[in-house]
Amino acid sequence: MDDPAPNTTPILQVRNLQTSFKTDRGMVTAVDGVSFDLFSGETLGVVGESGCGKTVTNKSIIRLLPEHVTRYGDNSRIMFKDRNLLSLSESQMRGVRGNEIGMIFQEPMTALNPVFTIGWQIDEALKYHTKLNRAERRQKSIEMLRLVEMPNPEKRIDEYPHQLSGGMRQRVVIAIALSCNPEVLIADEPTTALDVTIQSQILRLMDKLKEETGTAIILITHDLGVVAQACDRVIVMYAGQIVEIAPVRALFHNPRHPYTRALLDSMPKPGVTEHQQRLPAIEGTVPSLFNLPHGCRFYDRCQRAKPDCQDRLPELVSLDTANDQPASDETVQHGVRCFYPLEAAKS
Amino acid sequence: MSQSESHHASNPPTTDKALVKVTNLVKHFPKRGGIFNQVIAKVHAVNDVSFEIRKGETLGVVGESGCGKSTLGKAIIRLHDPTSGSVIFDGVDITHLSRAQLRPIRRQMQMIFQDPNSSLNPRMTVEAALREVIRLHKIVSETEMRSYIDSLLTKVGLRIDDRGKYPHEFSGGQKQRVGIARALAVKPQFIIADEPVSALDVSIQAQVLNLLMDLKNELQLTLLFVSHDLKVIDHFCDRMLVMYLGNVVEEMPCQDIHATAKHPYTKALLASNPITDPDQRGELVVLEGEVPSPYSPPAGCPFVTRCPIATDRCQTENPPLEDHGDGHRVACWEV
Repeated sequence: MDDPAPNTTPILQVRNLQTSFKTDRGMVTAVDGVSFDLFSGETLGVVGESGCGKTVTNKSIIRLLPEHVTRYGDNSRIMFKDRNLLSLSESQMRGVRGNEIGMIFQEPMTALNPVFTIGWQIDEALKYHTKLNRAERRQKSIEMLRLVEMPNPEKRIDEYPHQLSGGMRQRVVIAIALSCNPEVLIADEPTTALDVTIQSQILRLMDKLKEETGTAIILITHDLGVVAQACDRVIVMYAGQIVEIAPVRALFHNPRHPYTRALLDSMPKPGVTEHQQRLPAIEGTVPSLFNLPHGCRFYDRCQRAKPDCQDRLPELVSLDTANDQPASDETVQHGVRCFYPLEAAKS
Repeated sequence: MSQSESHHASNPPTTDKALVKVTNLVKHFPKRGGIFNQVIAKVHAVNDVSFEIRKGETLGVVGESGCGKSTLGKAIIRLHDPTSGSVIFDGVDITHLSRAQLRPIRRQMQMIFQDPNSSLNPRMTVEAALREVIRLHKIVSETEMRSYIDSLLTKVGLRIDDRGKYPHEFSGGQKQRVGIARALAVKPQFIIADEPVSALDVSIQAQVLNLLMDLKNELQLTLLFVSHDLKVIDHFCDRMLVMYLGNVVEEMPCQDIHATAKHPYTKALLASNPITDPDQRGELVVLEGEVPSPYSPPAGCPFVTRCPIATDRCQTENPPLEDHGDGHRVACWEV
């Protein structure tokens, strides 16, 4: 689990993903040149602040963005089982979405339909994607609820979403997402709306299910604590780009991008941060996507910035080998988008 | 339940004088239903809570959703009328004051809300929003208004040119700064901050926490800081109350809480908080089950249904908050 086995073929390959939206104020590029691989059985974390493009990246993968205002780059490819998802038709996509690629969203109340029982909602996915008959589907639905540790599933299956607590609703959403045995599960802030004690239950559940089913998980979160606890590899995004990609230990113990370092520093850490002293905050705000700088997008908030950082945009560079090769088209363990990355820790 | 005493060791910036004294505060919300819309049940949102906040002190209130932490804050400022018990502010019992009598006292106590999007009027510029409260409470004269507003904006880290902007022109962190400026505009002594950084990104959270810390020190404010985030409470506050299902289960100083927390719920909260270190992964002491419905809380200890160390006594008797010395009180039979 700790070693994401880089030699196996990835289940999902995202290459140079560029997602733009047509708006009243012109085109805006929300995701700009994102490339990564996802392997079976791993949890890949995607962290970043609001508006950094983490949700758009993942909605691009499942093509859940409004087609009439969304444009994908000409060189963008999302390869899933020898198919480029970006070139599939909507009806082909419907066979993938919810079947081969499952989804969990942040707010379980809005993800569930309030006027149908939870059994009906699990059944809907099964009806569409499997050939099971009605009795088998009900049996399978109860089985799914049992899998997500819902107490008393035979009774609960006929209840409505409002009769369940937030944590239980999220379990139902997970049950629906996993009902067709997807190879990839995209979880967008699955625990953000939940209390911490419930959050740890759900994280434990997702980890257990990953072990049992071998599903690859993309876990989108803004919470670095969740990343540290639940992910194998991590992508850090800033203003639509990957600024660092690393195995989870390397990211926390040896972050190389100044933004990653600053994010980690800005959280109060019990026993480390001095009580009631100022926190090392990142001053300023994320640049507007309508008005991005020419050079490094983190330039005006970066403590290490040098004058030439504002002239050119740095590439994502692999740190695995000494000769700094561009990292965009190969599998990297640790990559960083910075001209002056932080020193490697000497262990 | 025993009332708290005011002779505990105090931290340097505080004095021994209690600014806020809450005694046996109870707030029930009725649930109505049936054909005659009778009261069919009561939510025990705040259940017999007593504590004090000394001048210059920051008291944190932490707990999960529905534990009554926000209701407690709002009951103190009389946005909710308490069902019973009393709130004494600066020596005055404000529990039963009329709206008119409350007005001069409300100038002394202000509130900062979680979501700056819903607490700021989208049709009012920053200047108009500030001018309204300043006029209402007659803080400065019309001639001084402009320079006073400018000084407020500077104080919370906004630019003077931001004066004419509408809320939608600001980022989330900046909106929260406007909310803070509005609270400070009337020169209050006491501020209730209800989840002031929960809606903000991590990097902005630190900015706003720093700002609150600076303002607290500079203006010698007394704060009640309500949050679900134990990390933030631990860092920011002098003392904290841990609430569960309307009850205070532990009251303790915020220094080294990992070592000193005694109540099993506080310990579970600490353990559930994801640590930002992948090497300390795994054996999270996960609390099983969920918070019981506040309509029908357990007969004994509120935490009994999820407590790993509960005994028979806990099923029937609710433990009182007992003094463990140094301002540490715990409501548990087993510690």
